[in-house]
Amino acid sequence: MGRKRKDRRDDAAVAGNGLLSRRALLEGALMAGAGSASLATAHAEPLALPSWSKEPGAPFAPYGAPSHYESKVARSSPPPANPATPGVGVARTPHQLLDGMMTPSGLHFERSHSGVPDIDPEQHRLVIHGLVKRPLVFTMEALSRYPRESRIAFLECAGNSGALNAPQPQPLDAQAIHGLLSCSEWTGVKLSTLLDEAGVEPEAKWVLAEGADASAMSRSFPLAKAMDDALVCIYQNGEHVRPSNGYPLRLLLPGFEGNMNVKWLRRLKLVAAPVMTKDETSKYTILLKDGKAWQFVFPLEVKSFITHPSPGLPLKGAGYYEISGLAWSGRGRVKSVEVSADGGKSWAPAVLSGPVLPKALTRFRAAWQWDGSPAMLQSRATDETGMAQPSRAQFANDRGLRGLYHYNAIASWSIDERGEVHNAVA
Amino acid sequence: MRWLERLTCCAVLLAAAAAQAADAPHYGTAIAPADLAPWDISVGPDGAGLPPGGGTAAQGEAVYVAKCQACHGEKGAGKPNDTLVGGIGTLTGDKPPLKTVGSYWPYATTLFDYVRRAMPWDHPKSLTDDEVYAVCAYILNLNGLIGAGDRLDAQSLPKVRMPNRDGFIPFPRP
Repeated sequence: MGRKRKDRRDDAAVAGNGLLSRRALLEGALMAGAGSASLATAHAEPLALPSWSKEPGAPFAPYGAPSHYESKVARSSPPPANPATPGVGVARTPHQLLDGMMTPSGLHFERSHSGVPDIDPEQHRLVIHGLVKRPLVFTMEALSRYPRESRIAFLECAGNSGALNAPQPQPLDAQAIHGLLSCSEWTGVKLSTLLDEAGVEPEAKWVLAEGADASAMSRSFPLAKAMDDALVCIYQNGEHVRPSNGYPLRLLLPGFEGNMNVKWLRRLKLVAAPVMTKDETSKYTILLKDGKAWQFVFPLEVKSFITHPSPGLPLKGAGYYEISGLAWSGRGRVKSVEVSADGGKSWAPAVLSGPVLPKALTRFRAAWQWDGSPAMLQSRATDETGMAQPSRAQFANDRGLRGLYHYNAIASWSIDERGEVHNAVA
Repeated sequence: MRWLERLTCCAVLLAAAAAQAADAPHYGTAIAPADLAPWDISVGPDGAGLPPGGGTAAQGEAVYVAKCQACHGEKGAGKPNDTLVGGIGTLTGDKPPLKTVGSYWPYATTLFDYVRRAMPWDHPKSLTDDEVYAVCAYILNLNGLIGAGDRLDAQSLPKVRMPNRDGFIPFPRP
């Protein structure tokens, strides 16, 4: 009997160090029984009726909240470099504690330069001016009367995964490394509709977007993007955009680096050339090995990482595990994801857990039989343009490791004999 | 053939109705450029948007000491927040670069734009235009890019040649 099971497992192997086929993933429960003899033979305690089955529960709440047992599922913020400027910094999404492709609004990552403003929507205005025939002001009430569109899109800070530029692996978890990434359904008005109303002059080629917060964060972006798929968003995941994500109005430039998706949007100025703001010159430019820097790097290129297992989620003995993670591309849909358990020597195809949408997070899953020996887990995504994630060595060879932004090389988790998972450089 | 004429007529009417329905609403309110001027604070690399006024490094030192130094250090040396001075020559090589106004920023106009909109951090948009010109002059002077007595204004600021002006190239995969 045991021999027969072992044969089945060998049939299911599709890559080294225990990676199994898609069929094995779908039959995961069966494999768990086959792989963990200790679990299969153990006896459970007799079942008792818990107190919550014997008394009525809590009444209705006006706004739901997660179970208090899940209070550790929270954003994390490093202490500010300067206690006198507490609103400068980030809050990161705990991907190792989530599943699926959507990010709950309250856990959506945040990058703010001067704190979160408390904006009265009645007083908020959006102005469109510059190289237009008719400079226009919009109230939120006026914007709410336009036809709306929704799209599910990821947002990723250009500095996400920047810790992987370090020569030595930093002792960080998935949240600390990859947490400047989230995915929401965004609903609002097509920017092209508003620009058409204002009447764009032919010499306009760029748009300056500016926020209403204290830092008045501003970025220039190409007019072509504005006329393509840009939205001014009023809703996030069905409710008004959260204050930390731009209430009452946020610009969405699907696939473009997070900083360009200006929060608290108050002004759009049509211009002939980029304004060269602080955040498109001194920041968000990629310093190369020769001292030159890439400027106006907009799409976040194809990328993935493994959320399960990951640091802080140790494996509990040899046996069956599902490897799961997130993949995305600012250039379109994820076409495929491969997973390796032997540091990239061999790769197995992962299952894409649909829907697979352009410029949205895509969940992938793979089946793995861990034999209890050291392993190196990696994922490698390819998008519909054919672009695949580079190895760290290729990435470093192309641009060096001093660029800070747009790090998208293959990421690695090492697993030791005890099942502890660590960030690794491989 | 009458039915065909009628059908054609019908189709034309339907198309017209569809075009009308597809016409977007127009709920924006016209505003005169003068009335939106208080919000129009961006300054381009050619100096477009720079206001009247001006200042020198000597005048800017007092502004800097009072309003900037606590975060950016004495003479722009940095800590706890960004370093504003030095770092020229650190963009190449293997060591971490020191990216400052002097070593990295390609346009002096960006400094004016950013200080006026976002600084000082706890009271942004509180400096007068003269104070912004003066504190910019102070930072550029600390970087050795203008003299202590040179006056920065709408004409002279865009002409300041930044050392890393030609340091930026387009991304090869737009």
